[in-house]
Amino acid sequence: MAKQSKYGASRALVRRETTAAYLFLLPSLIFFLGFVVYPMVTCFINSFTQYNVSGHTFSVDTMFDNYIRMFNDKVFWRGLWNTILIVVVSVPVVTAFSLWVGAAIYRMGAKTRSFFRCIFYLPVVTGTVAVAVVWKWMFNKYTGLFNYVLGTDIGWLGDERFAIWCIILILFTTSIGQPIVLYVAALGNVDTSMIEAAQVDGATEMQVFWKIKWPQIMPTTLYILVITTINSFQCFALIQMLTSGGPNNSTQTIMYYIYYQAIKLGEYGYGMAMGIILAIIISLFSAIQFKVAGKSNS
Amino acid sequence: MLTTKKKSPYTIACLVILAVLAFLFIFPVYWIITGSFKTAQEINSASPTFFPQVFTLDNYRKLFAEQMPLFQIKLAGYTITGPAIATSLKWLLNTIVMAVASMILTCLTAAMAGYVLAKKQFYGRALVFSLMVCAMALPKQVILIPLVQQMAAMGIHDTLLAVILPIVGWPFGVFLMKQFSENVPTEMLEAARIDGAGQWRTFAQIVFPLIKPGVGALAIFTFITSWNDYFMQLIMLISRANQTISVGIALMQSGPDANDFGLIMAGAAVAAVPILAVFIMFQRYFTQGITMGAVKG
Repeated sequence: MAKQSKYGASRALVRRETTAAYLFLLPSLIFFLGFVVYPMVTCFINSFTQYNVSGHTFSVDTMFDNYIRMFNDKVFWRGLWNTILIVVVSVPVVTAFSLWVGAAIYRMGAKTRSFFRCIFYLPVVTGTVAVAVVWKWMFNKYTGLFNYVLGTDIGWLGDERFAIWCIILILFTTSIGQPIVLYVAALGNVDTSMIEAAQVDGATEMQVFWKIKWPQIMPTTLYILVITTINSFQCFALIQMLTSGGPNNSTQTIMYYIYYQAIKLGEYGYGMAMGIILAIIISLFSAIQFKVAGKSNS
Repeated sequence: MLTTKKKSPYTIACLVILAVLAFLFIFPVYWIITGSFKTAQEINSASPTFFPQVFTLDNYRKLFAEQMPLFQIKLAGYTITGPAIATSLKWLLNTIVMAVASMILTCLTAAMAGYVLAKKQFYGRALVFSLMVCAMALPKQVILIPLVQQMAAMGIHDTLLAVILPIVGWPFGVFLMKQFSENVPTEMLEAARIDGAGQWRTFAQIVFPLIKPGVGALAIFTFITSWNDYFMQLIMLISRANQTISVGIALMQSGPDANDFGLIMAGAAVAAVPILAVFIMFQRYFTQGITMGAVKG
């Protein structure tokens, strides 16, 4: 409706509207260009320079040094591997789980639904810091709840075998809230006339779900896949507070390694180059998800 | 489907699993609150108690013990020092100032920008909009490293402004407001123009009241996400006087008090309870906010 012919009105009117429109856009544009676009551009440019605490130089010969260094950096590859492990495990689990919870609580009364939605959103609202410190205590070797309940004697976060799975578990509790809210809303928007018609024809509940509801909530699924992927790729706060990438780099992730190199060691150029690579990887994942989901939708 | 009074085994199984899960999600919050009231002996015992045996406020006393001046302004050689306040309260105050400022600025700029992107035909509209969509698809945290240098160059690194400005710049709010503004009837805008209302008046008196629910959703959403945006606060806020409660607690748990879980739980409670209260009060708008953001054209 908003799209009438592109310049349907007279050119003079469009011109007048343009001036007014930019005046309205101006405040937002200043912040957007100044604090989002500009740093993105400088990030890209500086990734080709030698930039650290001791100076900032550029020469054509050393243009790709940061990228070559990354290629030869074992810790970087370890971080990439762990990050992909986190994404590959947590994205399907979070999506499937939130779909199940969303479908289950959707059928309940409004009060119960709102109650459960609130509960699963709790870890998101309390914030990563509060969540991280309480889990750190629960995982503690001597005074933690886990060893007490399970009767074990394991230093969960300090143990190479378990640390990354502990992180994935905590990440799970903090990522499931938003997808559930989205699924409940999406299920509420499903066209009911089709469901009724199918039920009259004797379709089972399973058939109704997969044949009618599932295709209609596909855009929501796609959105959830994309945001969960982005969030899992950027897993940082839990690592920084709980393990600092250790033990023995077993919980090293790219985001934490970027922080470690750029903020802790002052290797800005190197950190930015890794940031660019991370952005490219995330875009690739999103593009694949769009392709696959788009295909199964049609 | 709606008339089935008798609950099927599947429904009952669902309820049981949901109840168990709900317990797992509530438990950490419960553990923070009860832990903050436990004595050191109880905290450090190898067999945890599920409810404080001895109820104590010592953890909170310790948390609020350290004090610092509320503000310190250097003016023409004189230093004006404000009254003393507990360090953790100062952090809480910083967090509130930061979140409220981010919220107000985001809502104002996003409402104006979203309205014109949805309702006006102008040169460059498609370009501006697609630039914003592309930026949103990129990971936000990647730009934080260059932002640190930029803030340092602008001389506002280690101030709350360094955290606020990038939050306001993030285009999600504009996107959300565009979504809401699409529903404003074009005829109303035309009628206003014919009646001689100027551009600003049309926005302030016709559009804004209509998109108010959307602005509310964005406000609460921005408040909560900026409150919890730990990474940005961590790298931007360096000196103790400028930190937020999240950063303060996070540093506490890696400092000399790392194993004083009672103290840390008290800190976590102080960080989490205000934001939980805000969330519970405005839950309805918040849900609407994150749902609207997903329903894109």
